Amino acid sequence: MANDDAGHQAVIDAALGRLKGEPGPLLLVLHAVQDAIGYIPPAAVPQIAAGLNLSRAEVHGVVTFYHYFKSHPPGRRTVEVCRAEACQAVGAEALAEHARKSLGIDFHGVTSDGALSLEAVYCLGNCACGPSIRLGGKLHGRVTNERFDALTRRPERVK
Amino acid sequence: MSTRVYVSRDASATSLGADEVATALIAAAGAGTIELVRTGTRGLLWLEPLVEVETASGRVGYGPVAPADVPGLLAAGLLTGGAHALNVGRVEDLPWFKSQERLTFARVGIVDPLSLADYRREGGYAGLERALAMKPVDIVQAVTESGLRGRGGAAFPTGIKWKTVLEAQASQKYVTCNADEGDSGTFADRMLMEGDPFTLIEGMTIAGLAVNATQGYIYCRVEYPEAIATLNAAIKAAYAGGYLGRDVKGSGRRFELSVRVGAGAYICGEETSMLESLEGKRGEVRVRPPLPALKGLFGMPTIVNNVISLATVPVILAKGPGHYQNFGMGRSRGTLPFQLAGNIKRGGLIERAFGVTLKEILYDYGGGSRSGRPIRAVQIGGPLGAYVPASQFDTPLDYEAFAGIGAMVGHGGIVAFDDTVDMAKMARYAFEFCAIESCGKCTPCRIGSSRGVGLIDNLLAGKEPVHQLKMIEDLCETMIQGSLCGLGGMAPFPVKSALKHFGEDFVPRTGH
Repeated sequence: MANDDAGHQAVIDAALGRLKGEPGPLLLVLHAVQDAIGYIPPAAVPQIAAGLNLSRAEVHGVVTFYHYFKSHPPGRRTVEVCRAEACQAVGAEALAEHARKSLGIDFHGVTSDGALSLEAVYCLGNCACGPSIRLGGKLHGRVTNERFDALTRRPERVK
Repeated sequence: MSTRVYVSRDASATSLGADEVATALIAAAGAGTIELVRTGTRGLLWLEPLVEVETASGRVGYGPVAPADVPGLLAAGLLTGGAHALNVGRVEDLPWFKSQERLTFARVGIVDPLSLADYRREGGYAGLERALAMKPVDIVQAVTESGLRGRGGAAFPTGIKWKTVLEAQASQKYVTCNADEGDSGTFADRMLMEGDPFTLIEGMTIAGLAVNATQGYIYCRVEYPEAIATLNAAIKAAYAGGYLGRDVKGSGRRFELSVRVGAGAYICGEETSMLESLEGKRGEVRVRPPLPALKGLFGMPTIVNNVISLATVPVILAKGPGHYQNFGMGRSRGTLPFQLAGNIKRGGLIERAFGVTLKEILYDYGGGSRSGRPIRAVQIGGPLGAYVPASQFDTPLDYEAFAGIGAMVGHGGIVAFDDTVDMAKMARYAFEFCAIESCGKCTPCRIGSSRGVGLIDNLLAGKEPVHQLKMIEDLCETMIQGSLCGLGGMAPFPVKSALKHFGEDFVPRTGH
């Protein structure tokens, strides 16, 4: 994962070079940048704007409109807890409360060791098997408090 | 000779451990003994992870299987369909499955989703072959005659939308698929995209032929990475097989297709927001008219259809519109994949003709609540759908019958709640969700949703409750009448239905 300014610039240039010919390319570029860097660094906004012949306001407006795009570095893994109705019907609110307490952070927060981000999500499409979470990209169903702790405390796999 | 064993790769199945079961099977049986096929899910999510074994008498199922069960299952003769506590018999014979009318989902759970050979063998691309021999106007006519209505929830006749796009004159037209399935309680789009993606690709190709569009986009939500990966792989295979590209199956007709990924905005399930997002902009609702059919993506005539609408087109073409039209009741023709979710014992996907009652779905299929307590309320049609009380469970699932009781069928998501549900809290959540997901373009939705949360808080805190109730009623009317799109315009429906049917929950409480 690129983690210095020069590295970021190279990633963004590559994404722009590859995608700017596509129709309506801004979301494609933002996805490519976030996939590579983990978030959209504020310094990337003017670079993307210049590359796509948009205003900085237009790029900033899109980044901030969508819940998925982040402007700050996330934890090494993200845990998303579903808070929508079907999961609420089987105890998602209690699980959300447990997640906050267990990790010691609120939603949108990052644990102090930088290991985990906690995010709310409104439906993972696993509505017959809730409560559901997605942890480091993997979906888990019928998650109890104990299972949440076991999953989030499991050592991270190094990529 | 190796035995063929099927384990689902669907996200719901893997969320319950299907990958670990597959790994355990290979490890315990030995790779040479079994031929493992990863399918979509049959939709019997209460039986996942389900292991199916091909035997002389058909596919015998075992479920739900945990990795630790695998050695015992093999010892009991799993590979020959041997007896075991987890043996459910032939999956096709299970009443839960057998009683379904699978038209759109005919192949899901049965085939390897990425095998074109499987797809062809199970009747795939028969619809496209028909369509390639037809004039565009005749394809549109067939879809119109089938009675198919928009399965995203709005239930607008698909054939009429297509006719508008066909008759529009333009240098470029588009076919877009709305796969931004954000409604809680729904997963039919995801299950189809993961379990039989070629059906969607074929449906979109037929749509392209029908209206002379050469470019298609599938707008899939980012919360569905498994579906995105499956779609991309299937599109690649369809190109390689000559089913997409400059010259579809030697017809001289062109259809290009790619996937675009959303970024976590519920509003992008609204068709004009989706088009804005596809153009790389903020997903803000457009004012209609003009209709997307006339001025849609990049200002060009555009079909916007839900995954299930498009994925149903191949069977309509293959078997004829009359076959499809024969299913259903009243003006709701064909089948709908109902998704049974929430607090339910046997949840999953049930494709049935319109007319099945809510009670049949909840009790005959669902077996009642997962908690064992009485089902008190059911929300149908997603976060903007009304809450239905037990006294209305006899209502047949039909667009008009549900409209008649002030509710909606929508995309067919059915979420059950037991008697521990606090309906005032659910009403508050409806406003809160609308506030979180509002695109902000119109005032009734942007401001009204936050006001609604405050009013319910005041009500429950006992601050002038009679006045708050009057204000909530008034606010709901303003949002319904004054919002630009269905988010602000329908968020009051769950609130109003909760007040109407569960008014006893809206009393001031201490400690709120």
